[in-house]
Parts: sequence; structure tokens; C-alpha cells
Amino acid sequence: SCSCTVVSKQPLASKMAGADSDDSLYPIAVLIDELRNEDVQLRLNSIKKLSTIALALGVERTRTELLPFLTDTIYDEDEVLLALAEQLGNFTMLVGGPEYVHCLLPPLESLATVEETVVRDKAVESLRKISHEHSPVDLEVHFEPLVKRLASGDWFTSRTSACGLFSVCYPRVSSTVKAEIRQHFRTLCSDDTPMVRRAAASKLGEFAKVLELEYVKSDIISLFTALASDEQDSVRLLAVEAGVSIATLLPQEDLEALVMPTLRQAAEDKSWRVRYMVADKFSDLQKAVGPEITKNDLVPAFQNLLKDCEAEVRAAAANKVKEFCENLPEDSRETIIMTHILPCVKELVSDTNQHVKSALASVIMGLSTILGKDNTIEHLLPLFLAQLKDECPEVRLNIISNLDCVNEVIGIRQLSQSLLPAIVELAEDAKWRVRLAIIEYMPLLAGQLGVEFFDEKLNSLCMAWLVDHVYAIREAATCNLMKLVEKFGAEWAQNTIVPKVLGMANDPNYLHRMTTLFCINALSEVCGQEITTKHMLPVVFKMSNDQVANVRFNVAKSLQKIGPVLDSNCLQTEVKPVLEKLASDQDMDVKYFAQEAISVLSLA
Amino acid sequence: LALPPSSPSSPTTGFSVPSAEKVDGFPRRSMRRARQRRSHSSSQFRYQSSQVELTPLPLLKDAPVAELHDLFCKKLQQCCVLFDFLDCVADLKGKEIKRAALNELVESVATSRGVLIEPLYPEAIKMISVNIFRTLPPSENPEFDPEEDEPALEASWPHLQLVYEFFLRFLESPDFQPSLAKRYVDQKFVLQLLELFDSEDPREREYLKTILHRVYGKLLGLRAYIRKQINNIFLRFIYETERFNGVAELLEILGSIINGFALPLKSEHKQFLVRVLIPLHTAKSLSIFHAQLAYCVVQFMEKDATVTEHIIRGLLRYWPKTCTQKEVMFLGEIEEILDVIEPSQFIRVQEPLFKQIAACISSPHFQVAERALYFWNNEYILSLIEENCQVILPLVFGTLYRVSKEHWNQTIISLIYNVLKTFMEMNSKLFDELTASYKVEKQKEVKKERERAELWRNLEDLQERRLQSLTEASRNQKNLQERENTTKSQSETSAANTT
Repeated sequence: SCSCTVVSKQPLASKMAGADSDDSLYPIAVLIDELRNEDVQLRLNSIKKLSTIALALGVERTRTELLPFLTDTIYDEDEVLLALAEQLGNFTMLVGGPEYVHCLLPPLESLATVEETVVRDKAVESLRKISHEHSPVDLEVHFEPLVKRLASGDWFTSRTSACGLFSVCYPRVSSTVKAEIRQHFRTLCSDDTPMVRRAAASKLGEFAKVLELEYVKSDIISLFTALASDEQDSVRLLAVEAGVSIATLLPQEDLEALVMPTLRQAAEDKSWRVRYMVADKFSDLQKAVGPEITKNDLVPAFQNLLKDCEAEVRAAAANKVKEFCENLPEDSRETIIMTHILPCVKELVSDTNQHVKSALASVIMGLSTILGKDNTIEHLLPLFLAQLKDECPEVRLNIISNLDCVNEVIGIRQLSQSLLPAIVELAEDAKWRVRLAIIEYMPLLAGQLGVEFFDEKLNSLCMAWLVDHVYAIREAATCNLMKLVEKFGAEWAQNTIVPKVLGMANDPNYLHRMTTLFCINALSEVCGQEITTKHMLPVVFKMSNDQVANVRFNVAKSLQKIGPVLDSNCLQTEVKPVLEKLASDQDMDVKYFAQEAISVLSLA
Repeated sequence: LALPPSSPSSPTTGFSVPSAEKVDGFPRRSMRRARQRRSHSSSQFRYQSSQVELTPLPLLKDAPVAELHDLFCKKLQQCCVLFDFLDCVADLKGKEIKRAALNELVESVATSRGVLIEPLYPEAIKMISVNIFRTLPPSENPEFDPEEDEPALEASWPHLQLVYEFFLRFLESPDFQPSLAKRYVDQKFVLQLLELFDSEDPREREYLKTILHRVYGKLLGLRAYIRKQINNIFLRFIYETERFNGVAELLEILGSIINGFALPLKSEHKQFLVRVLIPLHTAKSLSIFHAQLAYCVVQFMEKDATVTEHIIRGLLRYWPKTCTQKEVMFLGEIEEILDVIEPSQFIRVQEPLFKQIAACISSPHFQVAERALYFWNNEYILSLIEENCQVILPLVFGTLYRVSKEHWNQTIISLIYNVLKTFMEMNSKLFDELTASYKVEKQKEVKKERERAELWRNLEDLQERRLQSLTEASRNQKNLQERENTTKSQSETSAANTT
């Protein structure tokens, strides 16, 4: 048992190095040549396969030869550096496992100082990753000094990178080193360059999370307050997000004194970017500060944001209306919504900016579940109807796409009177993207409105889209039919849509004739063998004599598509002769697709 | 502080929106969208709660000398009231009173001597600050493309323009005393001024450019700070946002600042060149400020030839990979650089440079190939090539030879023939040698390529085997551990049993 222990303690990686030692003949120069190839693309390929090279060298030579080379020659195209930074994050085993992981620090340190943001960020990401593989001792001996060097670097790039590394080493170092780390972070928060202050502000929340509560109160709060009143709005707005994280860390009784004054000030900042950020983070903020502060502070702040003078801010706030209302404390939710929020919402319905209206339209329907049937009918319905008639199609679409919420509360009938004109208008909108969007909601609408209403009012629209002059619409309409059949069943299909689809096979426009084929492709499976064989197949056969080659080769493609639905007898006796005839067509595309169908259906 | 040829022109001459003809024949995006000119107003106005009613004051020109300064001051205070210009009929009377007052202030500070006395400085700067410093509104078009779209114009321009005009006249007045002004035109003031360069309104940026230029010229204590903040704006533009409307204007100011740098260049200035100006070339919107940028780069070279290598290697590093329009701009800049390059510096960069030029010649985009081949029409460049023919010809010969047979565009082929002919005349012996060895070289390349492929195949095989043995090793280790655990627990049980 003693010898067993010895063997099992031998690190895995050293076995890697030992195995196949006869293969470790590659001179490093040959491999390095590959990493230095003149062609950037080849160099990039080599770097992406750096692990292959490292494996070939073995752990020892990777540490002593490859890594020093990489550290020394870091001056390359950013794309190569990016690949290198990423690779090194997964290199622990290749240098011999966690006890050697610190060998990766020098090249990553250099990469963390380059100018290009994506490279730097990737290097920091890799450093964060391998920090977890350091033992506590190595962390203090190798990793933390690197962070300190970066934090006191001359050029802003290294200081920026340092900001992202404090939080990963802080929890696992001694209290003396912890004090040093806090000091470094403090220094960077008041750095001379706004780039570094932005980086520090964006990591403030993350850093606060790993700090002991006493230091959150003593250190972080003052940094937060300072960054939130920075001279540059780009710094102030990042402090908002940190404020949310900090609020979640503090006990309720400290919030009012320590964070609320700063957050209140941010909600009224003179720069719209900061106010926008507050609006954007409002739900998180609400959860972080709890019900009492929400009632006293956030409700008026939210009202102000909904009435902000910049449309950007109003739109961001409008997006949060539903979530904010949902998360209000239950005892006073309805009162707050009815007396404070709804009046603002009513104003937003007729906002001058379409983005604001459309942001509101994407959430407003959600209020009905919160307010219940009576309030919805009395207060919300007029707003829905107004938005359904909005001049901007996006607003109408957003309302229609969220109908399911209202359906649950008051039933869709209440709306259907106004819904129909809105749908018809969108269905005929001059912009094909709008038409496309409404088609995509058809199956949902059909499900909610029921088959009768659908047949009576919407069926003709669905058929009209099949002959739209934009291909994307015809394609979507085809797919829509399939989804409708899935909802309403094959019998409904046979009675209502199949005859109309097949009728188009005689249309003088060959594009419409092809649409018949596309519909058959989509419908054959959901309609089943009987309808396909009895009704669709004869039409397809007839079209194999079409004078337009595109129609003929689409016949071949259709036969290939619907083949699996048909029985083998039909395939052999009916489909095969038609395909054989098409395979000897004059047109080479027709021939090609006929032959392809024959081989796919194994009819040869 | 000498002005470059492209120095800030008088702001009153208006502006022109670039209207480059498109070669592809497609209608311009801006025309398709038929975007109308929009007016923007800063959110500042709406923050002013109570509106003051203005009453007209006596004219400055009628004022007795003893009361002149007092009246001037009152007018300055009157001009601190802001008006809502989005509502064009609101408070027309007040707007007119302010406009007239501003006009008088401009007139007075521009023409009469002795008006600018010390107590007026804080009042004047306060009036300017209140009017011009504001958070710029969000762009109404999130994908605003300065080349294609009409800029959003500042709605309050009728007043704002006069405030800027007043500021400019104030700075240019013979009575202006920097020692008094520096108390009010401080770092905070300058920082806010720089932020305004992001304005979408080109008229505003034009004024700002001239004004900042004057501030830089007169307030020496602010120079280093201004340069540092411009650096920060550029770095943010390059590495963070890629959006800032005033890059061209700031570069134009820098062009003349560089011109005034003392020799030898301070390391701060070299760092600015290498770490800010060169990376600016990576911006997506390079075409908007490329002329100003190239001017700055060439200014640096003319100041100090030793920066040449940094510049060329920098440009080669950031050479565009997919945007041919930018590639043509880079080639243009390289030609501007080569026009003034010292032969000793040329030798240091010729190898990497001509490899890139060869790559451009073989570009399938004929404008890129053509722009590169035009270098041979430049007499100075041609003389440099001739002097270094031994090095350059072997670098480009293979490409020229191949492209002359393959390119789809006749113009390119005939340009290449001219270049080949030039080389033949320069050094016929070398030319013949290269022609003779062309095939051998090609074969060598193919062989090398085959060896590379072979190397990688072997490496990948090896990896496969290593990974296999690795999985085996880890499986063995797991087994061993399990066995160990079992024996351990067994021995524990037996130990427990014995007790």
C-alpha cells in the first residue's frame, strides 16, 4: 500500500512528459518558426494550436523554452495576441499542473498591458481563470505582486487591467496583503486618467462583494460616493451599477445613510446618460433596497424617470414599468400603481417619441395580470386600444405580440373588435418587415381567437400573403400555414386551405405556381399520407410538364421532400416514372434535381 | 504658434457637409432615407424652473463712460437667461432682447478698447459657461454616420452662435489679459469645453476649434492639461466608444501644436504619436479625419526624422485587412510619408514596407492595386527604390510577375508592365536573375508548404497519442486511489474490530 501512495502522488502532467519520449524530438526552433511565420493567417493558425506545440515539447520544455519565447516576442498583430491570451488561460496542465501554473504569469502580464482592449480583457480573463489554480502561497508569492505591478504601471492600460484582478486574489491572501490590495484599489479609483477610473468603477461592485462588511462600510462607500460624483459622466454612470451591488451587501438599516443619498443624486444627475443607467438598472435597484425604500424613494424617482426630458431615459424607464410594478410590496401595490404609476403610463401612450411608445407597448400588457380584470377593463383597455391604433407599426406589433397576457385576464374578445383592423392594417403595411412580423404572430393569434373567428376574419389574410410580391413573405406565409394546420388539424386543412393552395397551381404567374409546391412541401407531413396522395400528388405530377424550368425542378425537389410521406407502391409506380422523365429533361438544373431525388428516395 | 495650411478657418464662413460621389451607382443612404434636418436642443433648458422676464436695457453705445462697465455687466447677466428654442414661438420678445444684447456685447468687445476690465472677467466667463456648457443630447440616430447622415443641428444656435462669437472676440481682444483670465478659464472649464467637441453640429465644432486654439495659444499654464485631456478623449474614442464627433477638429488643432514642439521631442510627445495618433488609424470612421491625422503624422516626421520607423511600423501593424477604402487611405498616407522621408530612415523600413506594398499590388480590388502602383510615378520614391533596388526588387518581383499574368483589370496589368520595365532599366542583371529563378523559387515555396503540412500532421498525431496516454494515466490514477481508499477503509474497519 505504501508504493501505491507514491505512484498516485506523482502528478499527472509529469506522466504526460514521460510518455512517448521518443517523439519529443522536435527542435523548438522548428516550432517557433511556425509561430513566427510571415503570413499573419498562418501565424494565427499556429497560435491557435499552441497546445499541440506544448504537448509536443512536453511540460518541462514548455516551461523553459516556449513560455520565455512567448514572453519575449509579444509584439504582434492584435488578433494573434488575442488568440495567445485565450490559449494561455487553458495551459495549466501543459506546464505541469497547478504547482507550475505561475509560469504562465509573465506572458499574460505583458498581454494585460497592450493597448487593444479586447486583448487586454482576454488576458485578464485568463489571469482570473488561472488565479484559482494557484495555491494560497503561490497567490501571495507570484500572483499578487503581478497585480501590484500592473496597478502601479506607467501607462493606463496596465492599471485598467489591474482593476479586474483584485477581487480574485483578495479572498485568499493574508490580512496584511488584503490591506495592500484595498490601498491599491483606492488609488486606482482616484486615478488621473478617466479610463482607469471607469475600469475601477465598473469593478467596484465585484470588489465590494469579496470584502469584509466593515471594509465595505469604511472603504467602498467613500469610493462609491467619490466615483458617483466624478467630473466625467462616463465614470458616474458606472458607479450606478456598483451602487446596486453595494446595496445588496449592506444591512437594511445602513442603506438610507450610506447609499441612498448618492443614488438619489444619480437619479437626478444633469447628464441623461447617468439617469438612463438608473432607469436601466431600476429593477435590480428595487430588489436591492427592499420594500420600504422602494415606497418612499423609488416610486417618486421612477415617476420622474418616466417623465424625463430625454426620450432615451423615458424609454429605458418605460421598459421597466411591468417589472417595477410586479416587485412592489403587495400590501400597497395596487394603490401605488393606480395613483402614481398609471398616470405617467397614460402620458407615455401619447409620447412624442416612437421608441418610448414601443418600449411601453412591449410591457404594458403585463400590467393586466397585476391589476386584475376590473382595473384592466376600466383603466388599461383604453390604453391598449390607443396603442393598437398608434401610427408607428412597431407599437402595434408589440401590443399584438403580448396578447397572451390579456387573454388570461379578460379574454381576447374584449379586444377583438379593435384587434382586427390593427391586424389587417399591419398585414398590408408597406414595409415587408412589418408584414413578416405580423405573420409570425398568426399561429399565436389563431390559438387565442379560435378557429371560427380565424376562418371568418383572418384566413383570407393568410392566403393573400401567399401571393405577396416579396419572397420572404411568401416563404413565411407557407410556414404559417403549416403551423395553423398543426393547431387546427388535417381535416380543417383539407376543407379550408388545401383547395386554395392547389388552385394556385393554375396561376399564370410561375412564382405563384411555385408557391403551391412550397406549400405542399410544408404541408404534406402535417396533412398526412391520405391527403398528400389523393389531393396533392396529382397536382405535383401535372406541374412536371410546366413550361418553366424552375417549376419543373421544384417538382423534383417537392417529390424528394414528400417522398417519405408516400407508400412504397406509389413511389415505385407513380413517382419514379415522373422523376425519370424529369431526369432526361433538356434543362440541366431539372436533370440535376431529378437525379438527386431518385438517389435520395432510392428509386434507381 | 504658426497655423498650418489647414488652420481653423473663420467660423463665420459656414460649413459644408461632405458629399462624396459614390462610385457604385447605388443611391446614397441619406437620400433613400430622405432624412430631414433635425433640430436638437440640450436638456439644459428644461431644467430651468422659473423663467425671468427680460426688459431691454439702454444701448451700450449711448451709455456715459462712467456707466459703461456697469451696463456691460448687466447685459452679461441678462444673457445668462436661457430660452427654449424647440418651441419656436415661445417668449419671442425675451429671445430678441437677449439676441440684441449679445450682438452689442460682441460689437463692443470687438471694437472698443478699454472695455475689458478686471471685474468683467468672472461675469463674462460665467455668461459663457451658463450658455455653452450643457450635456449634449442623445443622438437621435443611434447609427449616426457623419459621412452619410445630416447632422442634428443645435436649436438654440441663434443665441449660441453669438455667445461663441463673444467668447472668441473676448479672447482675441487686444485688452485680453491671460493673467486675469486664467483664474476663471481653469482646468474644469477647459474640460467642459473639450466635451463640447462631441457636438453633432459642425458649426459649433468650428467655433470650438478656433476658440480652443486661442486658449491654447494664450493660456500657457493650460497647455499640458489640454494635451492630456485630448489624449484621453482620443484613447476613449479608439478603445472604448468609437464615437466622438470632434476628432477632426481636435486633430486640426494638434497639427499646429505639433508644429510648435521644441526639439528634441519630449518623450510625452513621442508617446502621444505612438500610442495615440497611430492607433487612431484603426477607427472605423477614419475617413472623416484621415486628412488631419495624416497631416499630424507628417508634421511629426518633419520635426524629428527618428520617429519615422515608429510611424511606418505602426501603420503596417494596423494595416486594414478587409476594408479596401481604408487601405487606399493608408497607401495615400504612406506616399505622403515617403515624400518627406530621409533616405537613411527609408533603409530601415524598406523591407516590411515593400512586402506590404507587394501585398497591395496583388489585391483583387483594383483601386488598392492601382494606388500602390502609383508610387512608381513619384520621382522621389522612384529614386529611393533605385538606390535600394538590390533589396526591393527581390521583395516585389514575384508578386509583380504573378499579378501581371493573373489580374482581371487591364489598367493594373499595364501599370505593372511599366513597373517591370522600370526595374529592368534600373538593374537588368538582377532582373534577369530573378526572372530565371522565378520558377525555382515557386517550387521551393511549394516544397516548404508541403513540409509545413507534414509537420502539423505529425504534431497532431503526437497530440492524439499523448492525450490517449493521458486519459489512461488518469484512469489508472483513479483506480489506484480507489484501491487505496478501499484498503484504507478496510484497515480502519479491521483496526476498529481489534479495539
